[in-house]
Amino acid sequence: MDEALIRSLTPSVLTVLGRRGADFAAAEDAVQDALVQAARLWPADPPRDAKGWLVTVAWHKFLDATRSDAARRRREDLLDEQPAPGPASAVDDTLQLYFLCAHPSLTPASAVALTLRAVGGLTTRQIAQAYLVPEATMAQRISRAKRTVSDVRFDRPGDVATVLRVLYLVFNEGYGGDVDLAAEAIRLTRQLAAAVDHPEAAGLLALMLLHHARRPARTAPDGSLVPLAEQDRGRWDTGMIAEGVGILQAALARDRLGEFQAQAAIAALHADAPTAEETDWVQIVEWYDELTRLTDSPVVRLNRAVAVGQADGPRAGLAALAQLDDSLPRHTAVAAYLHERDGDLATAARLYAEAAHKAPDLAERDHLTRQAARLNNHRRR
Amino acid sequence: MAKYLLLKHYRGAPAAVNDVPMEKWTPEEISAHMQYMNDFAARLEQTGEFVDSQALAPGGTFVRYDGEGRPPVTDGPFAETKDLIAGWMVIDVDSYQRALDLAGELSAAPGAAGRPIHEWLELRPFLGCHSTVTE
Repeated sequence: MDEALIRSLTPSVLTVLGRRGADFAAAEDAVQDALVQAARLWPADPPRDAKGWLVTVAWHKFLDATRSDAARRRREDLLDEQPAPGPASAVDDTLQLYFLCAHPSLTPASAVALTLRAVGGLTTRQIAQAYLVPEATMAQRISRAKRTVSDVRFDRPGDVATVLRVLYLVFNEGYGGDVDLAAEAIRLTRQLAAAVDHPEAAGLLALMLLHHARRPARTAPDGSLVPLAEQDRGRWDTGMIAEGVGILQAALARDRLGEFQAQAAIAALHADAPTAEETDWVQIVEWYDELTRLTDSPVVRLNRAVAVGQADGPRAGLAALAQLDDSLPRHTAVAAYLHERDGDLATAARLYAEAAHKAPDLAERDHLTRQAARLNNHRRR
Repeated sequence: MAKYLLLKHYRGAPAAVNDVPMEKWTPEEISAHMQYMNDFAARLEQTGEFVDSQALAPGGTFVRYDGEGRPPVTDGPFAETKDLIAGWMVIDVDSYQRALDLAGELSAAPGAAGRPIHEWLELRPFLGCHSTVTE
């Protein structure tokens, strides 16, 4: 039995327990216990009705857990009630679960952890490994998050944008451990995009697919980064690119542009180029202009400067860069790259070394150090 | 989320405000200090921000490779080494500001006369994971 398939049932099982009157925090614990049991028993003895099995086991786990003195009265009340199906459809319930786990009262880290557990069905241990913290710390983070949202009641739908930001974080950050966080983010975004009619949900899904398709080419066998221009495009997953482009085109046709659609459009233009030289940089600059209008983020302006450098030459790129605050992350790295393309190798080498000192992660630092070393060696010859 | 190292120095940091060596405190003051540190770590576990905390023995030895088939060369400990690490705590927090606040709080641990030590702690960010979407 596929582990992802088991986990895909998590939200619907959780919402059944909720409809039977279980509060979110206790229901979530019970579903987690049932999932652990399923992972143990199903490989040898798969049930005919997977969801029914999980509901039954999780409900019993919930009743067991509430059999403490403090909860006895509450349990008896619950047992008196007939577990009746609620008025809302299962799709709406799943959506509400996404909204709850990404609730604005949660910090980003808490929202990520809660989403991975309650919607994704991952264990606390897996989530802890993915973010390199002790399991006890992650358990506390999740139970605090559950307490924070325990009083949230939904009289109207939440904001899809907050959910998308959480899923974007899952895709973009985290070490992984046993879990492929990027694949998990894609699974959850796919599920969301199917449940909600929102072009930005489709835009985020397309963005993830277009980036994920390039993953095999993004690192060398020794783990070092391979920049986009030097990637072996034969290793890109063309099926996944085609799917991403299709989803994006359908979303763009709705004419409700948002930042994820614009980012996906840029990723699609890269994915579409048979060689780095054939990249349509002019169109990419236009999308960055669009993105600047949508977000006005300094990071977008920095990326735009790179694109301008490709479309109109390194001098134009440097001019665009000069308008930006040089304390921005990666500002120095971009300056180094543009100076190299402009032929000023001494300045480029110095800036690459400086950028390496400021790099936020090891892979990027090593990459920038190699760039500096490459230019220094080249100049010595 | 980002991880930070809070580094406590035996030597090498600027002098604390309440700069009295621990052996001159009363036993009760030492206990109060330990309690503060333990409570601080326990509270971070509760908030889901605690990663690790360790103390180091002061005496260290330098070791280096000395060629094929030869035992490694050792040297030290060097009593005059300027910088000496006493221990660390690793936290995983939502913002740099939160890391600053926590370091400030840890630096307020009570010392002599039960007053805060105002000890200088070094705050160092970890190199993070490489994000997928960068271009």
